[in-house]
Amino acid sequence: MLTSGSRDPAVLPRLLLTLLAIALLWPGIHYSELDLSVLIASDSRSEMGRFVSAFWPPAHDETFIELLLQATLQTLAIATAGMALALLLAIPASLLASRALSLSAASRAGRPSYWGQLLRWPVRGLLIFLRSVPEIVWALLFVRAVGLGPTAGVLAIAITYSGMLGKVYAEIFESVDQRPAHTLLQSGSGRLAAFCYGILPNVSAELLSYTVYRWECAIRASVVMGFVGAGGLGQQMDLSLRMFAGGEVASLLLTFLVLVLLADQLSRLLRWRLT
Amino acid sequence: MTLHLTQISLTHANGVQALRGVDLHIGAREQVAIIGPSGAGKSSLLNLLATALRPGDGELQVLGERAWQLSAGQRQRLRARIGLIHQSPPLPPRQRVVTAVLAGKLGQWGLGKSLLNLLYPLDIPGARAALARLDLSDKLFTQCQQLSGGQLQRVGIARVLYQAPEVLLADEPVSAMDPVLAKHTLSVLCSHAREHNVTLVASLHAVELALAHFSRIIGLRDGQILFDLPASAVDRELLDTLYANEQLERSPPPPAHLSVQIPRC
Repeated sequence: MLTSGSRDPAVLPRLLLTLLAIALLWPGIHYSELDLSVLIASDSRSEMGRFVSAFWPPAHDETFIELLLQATLQTLAIATAGMALALLLAIPASLLASRALSLSAASRAGRPSYWGQLLRWPVRGLLIFLRSVPEIVWALLFVRAVGLGPTAGVLAIAITYSGMLGKVYAEIFESVDQRPAHTLLQSGSGRLAAFCYGILPNVSAELLSYTVYRWECAIRASVVMGFVGAGGLGQQMDLSLRMFAGGEVASLLLTFLVLVLLADQLSRLLRWRLT
Repeated sequence: MTLHLTQISLTHANGVQALRGVDLHIGAREQVAIIGPSGAGKSSLLNLLATALRPGDGELQVLGERAWQLSAGQRQRLRARIGLIHQSPPLPPRQRVVTAVLAGKLGQWGLGKSLLNLLYPLDIPGARAALARLDLSDKLFTQCQQLSGGQLQRVGIARVLYQAPEVLLADEPVSAMDPVLAKHTLSVLCSHAREHNVTLVASLHAVELALAHFSRIIGLRDGQILFDLPASAVDRELLDTLYANEQLERSPPPPAHLSVQIPRC
């Protein structure tokens, strides 16, 4: 028999949460019309098999490799330029949106004043707006405005990613020990100086790894946007898929793999240097 | 009067009343020790004097200014003249000692100089001199995470010495040091205060150290001042009343809330 003394008070909430998760999962499967049996149906299997069998050998003739190299460079350039523009907006926005720079929090045991919280909301709202519209929609919009080509991709990445980076940066700043910065604020230092001396040393590794990961995502996003005419590997992929050139698709996929692998290694290298 | 408290009360966010109706006057160049059982409000009182906590009630004057009636900018300038030594100084683990010490002057430097100092330490001799007084100059370029608790405390003291404030407040500054080092460090603090005409207020858990180094002793219990006497007038009986039933005292308020959840994407 369970007496009130030997019962774990966390049992009931945990049980309810599990039930809630299951209850939420069922309609999800229903509404997404998930039906795994189509994978086993014979005609779709042979269709997929034919498509995949054309992948071998990957295309490697000289003209295509040259085209591939150029497209890869363009994709990297789109991702990097987009990230650089995004950072220009994300860094100031994250500093404004984060509680980490709150002067009032330093003398209120970590809770900022109501005014400060109220003033942070417009910045948060801006970040939410920037990232709530998917980059592909921005890309379609900019393709209309500036014409086909990488510029549309760069702008689309810059806008969406500044929203994501700003939000996550702000949360990273808040997730570490705030006392070093509060101590500095309490001894009269300015907010930005207190941030650089008290928070930045603790978050630099996390910031770096997230930024490199986002750069990797930007590479993938620029590929997707290529399908709507924003240049790079995606545009090449679109052409190859339309022409049913399986070998070219395989080469392009291998290039993605190498790019992601490189981004991963870069992140690892930078983290190792910093920690 | 350097520090002037009138009927100060302080209640923490968790409802614990840390100070009730404290009246206290400390003149320039005085050296005062605060003693009392744990949970008596020693840290709260020092944080309040450093304008790190806002009193719920009463009036606080520091260096002739009503700290909480100033604008935020004026208060930051006032804070640059006050130095608070923490019991366990919160220093970023990967920050180098030299940067941590030089950060003491952030309140006096402009933003440009502060950022430049982050790239290249601008006053290595100054940091070395502050650390040398505490016998720690060989650790100048070590990361803070490689230091022991007692060494970190000395880095925290060196930072405040480098800040060169007009009011020096110390919250259990020697709690993690061995007796010899504790004695040495306290005498460094006292002689620094004498040489530079600094007002020194320190809380200590070791009564002998307080009696040996300070001329004025304040006994704090349950958020109230039990006695405020010259060191020579403090006797066994007073101390017994001060520390009566120490085991039954409630623990101090829990540390600040920390979450480490970082959502991605």
